[in-house]
Amino acid sequence: MSIPDSSNNAASNSSSDVHAPGVLLAAKSINKDFAEKLILENISLTIEEGQIVTLIGPNGAGKTTLVRVALGLLQPDSGAIYHRPNLRIGYMPQRVHVEPTLPLTVNRFLQLANRQDKALLSNTLKDLKIGHLEGRQLTAISGGELQRVLLARALLRKPELLILDEPAQGVDLAGQAELYQLISEISDRHRCGVLMISHDLHLVMSSTDEVICLNHHICCHGKPEHVTNDPAYLSLFGANASQNLAVYTHHHDHEHGIGGSVKEHSHD
Amino acid sequence: MIDSMVLFFTTNFVLYALVAGISLALVAGPLGSFIVWRRMSYFGDTLAHSALLGIALGLLTDSNPQLSIILSCLVFAFLLTLLDRRPSISTDTLLGVLAHSSLALGIVVLALADSVRVDLEAYLFGALLTIGNADLIWVLVVVSLVAIVLSVFWNDFVSITVHAEIAEIEGVNVNRLNLILVLLIALTIAVSMKIVGVLLITSLLIIPPAAARSIATTPEKMAVRASIIGCISVVLGLISAFYFDVPVGPAIVVVATLIFLAFYFYPNVLKTRS
Repeated sequence: MSIPDSSNNAASNSSSDVHAPGVLLAAKSINKDFAEKLILENISLTIEEGQIVTLIGPNGAGKTTLVRVALGLLQPDSGAIYHRPNLRIGYMPQRVHVEPTLPLTVNRFLQLANRQDKALLSNTLKDLKIGHLEGRQLTAISGGELQRVLLARALLRKPELLILDEPAQGVDLAGQAELYQLISEISDRHRCGVLMISHDLHLVMSSTDEVICLNHHICCHGKPEHVTNDPAYLSLFGANASQNLAVYTHHHDHEHGIGGSVKEHSHD
Repeated sequence: MIDSMVLFFTTNFVLYALVAGISLALVAGPLGSFIVWRRMSYFGDTLAHSALLGIALGLLTDSNPQLSIILSCLVFAFLLTLLDRRPSISTDTLLGVLAHSSLALGIVVLALADSVRVDLEAYLFGALLTIGNADLIWVLVVVSLVAIVLSVFWNDFVSITVHAEIAEIEGVNVNRLNLILVLLIALTIAVSMKIVGVLLITSLLIIPPAAARSIATTPEKMAVRASIIGCISVVLGLISAFYFDVPVGPAIVVVATLIFLAFYFYPNVLKTRS
């Protein structure tokens, strides 16, 4: 196994043409620096319909910058971003700060994305299990609940491409696995592409098609099981990162309701 | 007593004051809410102060005073949005420098221009009871324009205020809407100058929304309640100006402040007990 040369179209499948109908977003040789410091160096990637691409990398590796460039919120210094014409993107930022002077219920926040489709709103709330939050103030819900609300807002745009900046932050471990599972289901169901940033490769492994390991340049990329054995990944995250892959999992024989009440699990 | 009251409110100049004050308070509710949400109150203050310079220049060049206020407010608003994008000096320092230097410069220019006699106090503290036909028409035109633009773009304005980047990804033209909002604020400040004066304009814009914050759960409720509080302040301010023989502008601001304090300390006062 060798470290791929990042000067090539590192993360794109060599067979895929940028203007092929299945390509939602393509970045080609992106360079970006801030205050003379190179943040992104020659990054290329493509995302296709139904494909889940996960960006991992240490803090300050340029993950969020890359996402902002991909969204078109930030202009690259050189290189090009291609979006399929009329591409609908659902975006979930890393942080949402709501001014305390601005009263805003979860319901009103979600209506900012889509005021017409009430059925879509109630279905999305149900899918994400946040129906009980509708009347609550956005500033009064927990971090994990806020992540689900933000995901709901992204979904209300009926996106063809979901771009998620650390969707699972502030969510407890069981909730994280569930959230990634949900994202994977959404991608399957709507054939929508996903580009997301994650810290926990072991949690996203099962639901991701392609992993890009970023540290200003693309260190390595490929299928998750390939990346975890890559020397570049190991030197970045340490050998322990791979060995810790086996997350302790156990089967619950019951579930908890919203109020904490125990619901018997129906075995089938 | 009641008779004199009726007489008071049916006098032409009081009717004018009432119509102008209430229509301004109606748009000041939603517009002021945005100023509060986006922390722009110092921006509004600077705009109002620099408007005095506009008046001075208008008088020197012998142009229509209302027009020169509006033009100078729009120009200053545009300049201030450009300044905002240079992060080398903190925005509030820059606004502080501009606010007070333009106010001082305005007063100096007015004093130097011997040929014109200007009631400076009217511009500083407002003179609601002296507004005439032309003033009223200006107010009504601007208020209608502001109300129409606000209602057409309402959802987008709220969206860019909550999270500009999500709004942009969702297809909202954030820069254009920011500029429109600033121009609406500039227009409203320009026509409110005669009513509450340079020094009190921002309070008319931010005190009613601040009062409404304690009793609102959505942006829309806050905006509507701010309008209602503004209207009540105008009416009660006029009445107390009549009874206690005090200036109208400050009286309106004092009433609004009392309402703010009441809701601040007793936010549940309007809730019906179940």
